[in-house]
Amino acid sequence: MKEKTQVESIDRSIYDIRDRETGSWKVDAGLTEDIINQIADEKNDPDWMRAFRLECLKVYHSLRVPDWGPSIEGLDMDHIVTYVRRGKRMSSTWEEVPEDIKETFERLGIPQAERQSLAGVGAQYDSELVYHNVREEVAAQGVVYTDLESAMRGPYADMIRTHFMKLVPPTDHKFAALHGAVWSGGSFVYVPKGVEVSIPLQSYFRLNAKGAGQFEHTLIIVDEGASLHFIEGCSAPKYNVANLHAGCVELFVGKNAKLRYSTIENWSKNMYNLNTKRAVVEEGARMEWVSGSFGSHVSYLYPMTILKGDRSQMEFTGITFAGAGQNLDTGAKVVHLGSDTSSYVNTKSISKSGGISTFRSAVTVRETARRARSAVSCESLMLDDQSRSDTIPAMDIRAGDADIGHEAQIGRISDEAVFYLMSRGISEEDARAMIVSGFADNVSKELPLEYAVEMNNLIRLEMKGSIG
Amino acid sequence: MLSDALLKVSGMNVSVEDKQILHDIDLTIQPGETHVLMGPNGAGKSTLGYALMGSPRYKVTGSLLLKGEEIVSLPADQRAKKGMFLSFQEPLEVPGLSLESFLRSAVSERTGVKVRPWEFRKQMKKVMDLLEISPEKAERGLNVGFSGGEKKKAEILQMLLFRPDIAILDETDSGLDVDAVHLVAEGIRTYQQEAGGALLIITHSTRILEPLRIDRTHIMVDGTLVREGDASLVARVNESGYDQFIPTKEA
Repeated sequence: MKEKTQVESIDRSIYDIRDRETGSWKVDAGLTEDIINQIADEKNDPDWMRAFRLECLKVYHSLRVPDWGPSIEGLDMDHIVTYVRRGKRMSSTWEEVPEDIKETFERLGIPQAERQSLAGVGAQYDSELVYHNVREEVAAQGVVYTDLESAMRGPYADMIRTHFMKLVPPTDHKFAALHGAVWSGGSFVYVPKGVEVSIPLQSYFRLNAKGAGQFEHTLIIVDEGASLHFIEGCSAPKYNVANLHAGCVELFVGKNAKLRYSTIENWSKNMYNLNTKRAVVEEGARMEWVSGSFGSHVSYLYPMTILKGDRSQMEFTGITFAGAGQNLDTGAKVVHLGSDTSSYVNTKSISKSGGISTFRSAVTVRETARRARSAVSCESLMLDDQSRSDTIPAMDIRAGDADIGHEAQIGRISDEAVFYLMSRGISEEDARAMIVSGFADNVSKELPLEYAVEMNNLIRLEMKGSIG
Repeated sequence: MLSDALLKVSGMNVSVEDKQILHDIDLTIQPGETHVLMGPNGAGKSTLGYALMGSPRYKVTGSLLLKGEEIVSLPADQRAKKGMFLSFQEPLEVPGLSLESFLRSAVSERTGVKVRPWEFRKQMKKVMDLLEISPEKAERGLNVGFSGGEKKKAEILQMLLFRPDIAILDETDSGLDVDAVHLVAEGIRTYQQEAGGALLIITHSTRILEPLRIDRTHIMVDGTLVREGDASLVARVNESGYDQFIPTKEA
């Protein structure tokens, strides 16, 4: 039943339309204390945040660029613009959003999706949220969904201060420090005890400015026994200079709570996507990740789950599609601290036209975790001889009674299967797309309907002209 | 009349990697006719089926006319759209592509008309019932986790939904138990009678042929069609095997 949807057909040109950057205010390119102070001024930071940013800048300069993954030499930090804002502040009605920005989000189907199937929507354009709204009935349950900046000055100020970059400290790696120094935009979500949000909240991130970075921070706290599904989508038009995305996502899943975090990322292919996502899961709680990575030139993305409480669980379902000129290094990490914890990682990767996809998994079971269970499965599909697919599993098991499983498979599209479908009247291109979509099916099933359709359309789009 | 031929193969040679497998094949099938192709293992029967359908594995020379149109250089999907169908001896599995959505897209693709899902489902259910395919298979990945018999039945299901002008059935009866043979034969008979479709049935057993009307029989040995006759040829094979058709070497 994939017929009814708001995303009926996708055309890459939808993502590629660039808006003019008229009336934007931006800081100079590069990274200096001056620039950090300008951002702090512009954002009217509380003192602690300004001090934190400056501290992060020091950490940034003290850390080295990672040398174990895809090359990021093309990324010249002296030329990345870290903050770009269009004239107006955030609105809570689409009418107040500047016309061209509104049009961009209309094309991406965001306001329509909001009316039909979402509990709340945030839309970020370059460095700032331009729109944020949450349904009244959801707000009435005490659910907070707002931008971090205003949350920092409101009744949740203490909660932000005690959680912000505590799960992902700036010392974690160079780009976490960078994020801490220049972060802007993103969302704060708080779901109070026992509240079950039945329809998803969604944030959409759009980076329009050429040569700029996007550094949004997402902080979600799901209190005891509560549940939430949060969706994020990202896209950008293509430029011939590097853009950078170094977002940070921190998720706190309280006792017996449940959080599902779904992402469909379709950055343009000049994007360096160096994103950090982490969740801490308390007793009896459950964390679910659904992740579709299609875009960017280079990605480093390994969402981490810390199973802190006893009987906490995580499930990670992901797909990566690396086409020409893409080097996507993705995976998942899990740390078992509590007893009777379980993790299940199930990923698929597709590489085509010289694309490189690498899957890294890291499973850690500490001494404290009795009877931990973990299963990691990774399947790769290579569509031609130029493409590459690697699987790099790591395990650090410190408990004798852990039950750990790992399997990896690398395969190709069978010519026989293509012929079989063709003998039924299906063109070679469609036959290949059907096989690839089928390969991705167990992931698309986990996505909300319109995203599943979008993903299938993206696969179809990527497969176009793949026969030569 | 020759010009009415549904399929006319003349002087067809088939090779794979410079090794010639089929030699100078001539074969004419009129609309609605049922032909049987028999021969010992390894004679090249399946290769003929694949080559007719347009498998890219084979290099084919000669002429292949479908309804008077030369199709020898067309890819398989275009041959299918022009009315040809091949039931595979070993149907391929496509994980994640459900039988139902596959069938629906194939039907849409062949007819050029988008079929309404619920209408299609009704139509499909009817044929699945006829073949006793359990309904939950429609949701499963195409042929994934199907038993040998279920795969063959799913091939017949496709044939009945696509209604080709000519269906080539490659060892469709192999690996089937008695009940399944009966159901598959029933499905073929439905196609023969209700759709008026032509058939080229490749087999080396005769169980599946019993309830069917047979117009012509061909015997293939070592990549060559050595004998053509009527239905009685099937009985001759049953009684005395293929040796009688192997050309005797010069003494």
